[in-house]
Amino acid sequence: MARMKFLCDAERCIECNGCVTACKQEHEVPWGVNRRRVVTMNDGVPGERSISVACMHCSDAPCMAVCPVDCFYRTEEGVVLHDKDICIGCGYCFYACPFGAPQFPQAGAFGMRGKMDKCTFCAGGPEKDGSEAEFRKYGRNRLAEGKLPACAEMCSTKALLGGDGDVVADIYRNRVLTRGKGAEVWGWGTAYGPGGKPQGAPSAAESKGK
Amino acid sequence: MKTRTIASALFVAAAAALAAGCSETPQDAALTAGKYQGKPDTHPWDGEAQVFAGAEFKRGDKGSWEAALKSRSQAQNEYVRIQQ
Repeated sequence: MARMKFLCDAERCIECNGCVTACKQEHEVPWGVNRRRVVTMNDGVPGERSISVACMHCSDAPCMAVCPVDCFYRTEEGVVLHDKDICIGCGYCFYACPFGAPQFPQAGAFGMRGKMDKCTFCAGGPEKDGSEAEFRKYGRNRLAEGKLPACAEMCSTKALLGGDGDVVADIYRNRVLTRGKGAEVWGWGTAYGPGGKPQGAPSAAESKGK
Repeated sequence: MKTRTIASALFVAAAAALAAGCSETPQDAALTAGKYQGKPDTHPWDGEAQVFAGAEFKRGDKGSWEAALKSRSQAQNEYVRIQQ
């Protein structure tokens, strides 16, 4: 098996936040914690693009590298998980993560930072699969149920794909070939446009005229 | 005599302290790969059957789990779904 990966098709994402809602509902994620969120670039400008972002389950995860108590581990399927019984809520992982995936619930009267919470690829955590303790700390373990992450399975436009990296890549490749759009649909060019100018953003002259 | 002994003892102690300042111990933190300190986790294909089971697979059989997930992944591919 290859590694479990997410892929968000920026051509298809309609910023419906269905993935965010599915994740919240599936794992009963507390208020203030967003394991997944939708980011829109050039919002309101023709040609805007949205992508759904959560933990990317990095192959060389910076959060694992900086954790002072070594509470992170990577499963055989390439999912980055952590043990909440060891986490001290220091927030180093939040600073290290380039995607802002680690979340910290506000706990207590003084808004104290709780233990880190993040996307688990619906793989639970280091507790008995499907147990009450696992659900309370990490949410549902859909992988143990033979299911894929709720966000990907609930995506109405199938912009968000999740699963074995090879299968996801095959689906995406097939899609790109069918619709006839290739390299420009994902990557630097889409995000920042050619020559560093955001795609669809008004030029300097246009902005001045407004 | 006693004062002289104390003075020489102090001198020796001060000299030793000064000499210690000249020596240098390595202060760089040794970068070692961390080792997971938490509880062990089980594989998703191991363990008991789940109440809300999705794709059918044989418990304890990794290959069966992978095949089940692979086939379920194809539900994300509408080109396959529509043709069926």
